[in-house]
Amino acid sequence: MLTIRLDVESLSRLQFALTIMFHYLFPPLTIGLSVIMVIIEGLALKTGDRVYENMARFWTKIFALNFVMGVITGVVMEFQFGTNWATYSRFVGDVFGSALAAEGIFAFFLESGFLAVLVFGWDRVSPRFHFLATVLVSLGGMFSAVWIVVANSWQQTPAGFHIAGQGAQARAEITDFWAMVFNPSSADRLIHTLLGSFVLGAFFVMSISAYYILKDRHLEFARRSFRIALFCAFFSSMLIIVSGHHQAQVTAQTQPAKLAAFEGHFRQTSGPAPIYIFGIPDSKNETVRFGIPLPGLLSFLVHGSFNRPVTALDEIPPSDRPPVAVPFFAYHLMVGCGMFFIALSTYAMFLHWRGVLFEKRWLLWVFVFAVCAPYLANQAGWIAAEVGRQPWVVYGLLRTSEAVSKTVGVWEVAFSIALFSLVYVLLFGIWVYVLDNKIKHGPQEEV
Amino acid sequence: MIIDLHVFWFLMLGVLLMGYAILDGFDLGVGILHPLAKGDQERRVLMNAIGPLWDGNEVWLVTFGGALFAAFPDVYATVFSGFYVPLMLVLFALIFRGISIEFRSKQQSQRWRNFWDYAFFASSLLAPFLFGVAVGNLMSGVPIGPDKEFSGTLLGLLKPYPLLTGTLTVAVFALHGALFLHLKTEGDLQQRVQRWIWTSFGVFLVLYIITTMVTLFYLPDAARHLRHSPVLWLVVILNVLAIANIPRALYFHRAGYAFFSSCCTIAALSFLFGVALFPNLAVSSLSPAWSLTIYNAASSTATLAIMQNVAFLGFPFVCAYTAVVYWVFRGKVEVGSMIY
Repeated sequence: MLTIRLDVESLSRLQFALTIMFHYLFPPLTIGLSVIMVIIEGLALKTGDRVYENMARFWTKIFALNFVMGVITGVVMEFQFGTNWATYSRFVGDVFGSALAAEGIFAFFLESGFLAVLVFGWDRVSPRFHFLATVLVSLGGMFSAVWIVVANSWQQTPAGFHIAGQGAQARAEITDFWAMVFNPSSADRLIHTLLGSFVLGAFFVMSISAYYILKDRHLEFARRSFRIALFCAFFSSMLIIVSGHHQAQVTAQTQPAKLAAFEGHFRQTSGPAPIYIFGIPDSKNETVRFGIPLPGLLSFLVHGSFNRPVTALDEIPPSDRPPVAVPFFAYHLMVGCGMFFIALSTYAMFLHWRGVLFEKRWLLWVFVFAVCAPYLANQAGWIAAEVGRQPWVVYGLLRTSEAVSKTVGVWEVAFSIALFSLVYVLLFGIWVYVLDNKIKHGPQEEV
Repeated sequence: MIIDLHVFWFLMLGVLLMGYAILDGFDLGVGILHPLAKGDQERRVLMNAIGPLWDGNEVWLVTFGGALFAAFPDVYATVFSGFYVPLMLVLFALIFRGISIEFRSKQQSQRWRNFWDYAFFASSLLAPFLFGVAVGNLMSGVPIGPDKEFSGTLLGLLKPYPLLTGTLTVAVFALHGALFLHLKTEGDLQQRVQRWIWTSFGVFLVLYIITTMVTLFYLPDAARHLRHSPVLWLVVILNVLAIANIPRALYFHRAGYAFFSSCCTIAALSFLFGVALFPNLAVSSLSPAWSLTIYNAASSTATLAIMQNVAFLGFPFVCAYTAVVYWVFRGKVEVGSMIY
């Protein structure tokens, strides 16, 4: 059962979830959108076509709004480890802090500096320099993803360190920097995260473009934007399934309890393990109710053989088991969305090849709302990854319950949660409102 | 390496903090002065003066946070969890500062604009005040126990000395912001900006003298390095010269030189803050043995060395980006192409 306890740990987890999920509405969009902007501006530079330039200017405006939201909500993240998770910070400062610092030096300055050129520099710098700025901002966003994903992956699959000190003084120290950076899960997680961002960026562009086509506005602008985004969406969704599959195999080796939670694999049967397309996990009775199983498929996906057993939750000590319901639903939601991306973008590519894509009004309406799916998938993927890592904050090394700040009181955290909730609701409202205005205003000159 | 790794990271953090104070200092200063602007047009000019720059400037603070985490995790943990409520208020202030610039001019409604104007001013005032309070507390000492944990209270942070340093920070940023605006504005507005400069300069000067005297009187330890290493007096002299040069440069109508002088003033003040602290990072008011220093609060030397390479590799790029962006956005605010 889900019980809410009013202690510093629960409240700090709630606050972290709230602030990171809100923050994560923005970075994946800006990373994905920046790739499309690079393509568009490259085309504008190559062809000198006014339509491409209009496209570049419009998407840059949308990008800037989301980027600023990402920066504003991101500052909170940089400090929250220290405020709420002081014990964690002391334990991982050597490793995790290093990745954050590297992110600041290598990525943040690059993207924030050149963002100004991107947004305000249209009349101040040459088109070539502006294009360069777009490329640099896009790279900056990806560098940022590299370091933050490295930091997170180290929490999942720690490597390249040793534990120094005893008891309360114990902490992780780097012994091999590159082993820390390329820990067993970072490359896969990075690729998956970036592809997830590309899918979001592409669906976002297609949503707005489809809306314009349906409303018979800015047709040339909208069709070209849609086509470019469709290609991105198609290739990214194909690749993301491959990357997700590989990631699940790594998880089976490195974090078997997490994979078991994803799949609701409660009991070891020493035989083939199924995948549930749908179901409701029941932790009390250790079973999946109303499940639709595909027998042996989990064994096949993990080991390439339908018969080999996969580690189940009952092989993990009870105190080390993650909760099942949240990772199970989040993981299934993410995979479901992934299938949806493939189906929708493949069908749209087929229609595009036939030359009738923009005549299917119902499909365009689907695209207008389909942008919600990648938002959901990005959030759900991280929920699955993070809740699936519990009860550990650093897998196998430090428990979440041991990681909180010792000097912070319940009321202080309650106060900050109240403030964050208030501010973020306000921010969200304004974001929707301004975005809506920009979209209604469309790609022509602004007053 | 010629210098000790711990000292290197102390210096590096100093550089990041100094960069933040100089760069975001004028953004926050412009925010503090914002209510003085008359009418919608002038308010927009003020916001557009910092529009392309504030977000990149804030990155210095974010990177400072990351570098502190990497190099001195115990300080990051103790100070941030100890100063929980003030730090949260800083974060809210920075959120509101950013969104008020971003959203203020997106609607014609007067109430909408008034609300964001007020938010812009209040947040730009609150953030530097709290930064200054934190500086005062770190210098004068806070209750840190043998377990490296903060054991004080929220009210305990609001002692007279930190309140004084908080006010001084607001004053120096207001002055700095006014000098920046002098570079960015023209005509009637510029005339009035000059009056803001003189007023804020007067306030700053008085507070600077009071703070210096109070520091020497109540925190004699802060000046211990000056007694042992006379060469540090150069910084004190430079500081005084830079302050004196602000009115001089204005008198000779050299606005850029005046702004440069206030940059030097802030740099010197940051440096002297570092001198007063060194080798501590947070002084314990309970026992000097429990103060967090660059040695007892640091990451492993291996990490410090790796991160030194990261800094050597990355920092030249950081300087180059900053230079390019400031070069692109030099000159006056162009009223015709205002975005905010």
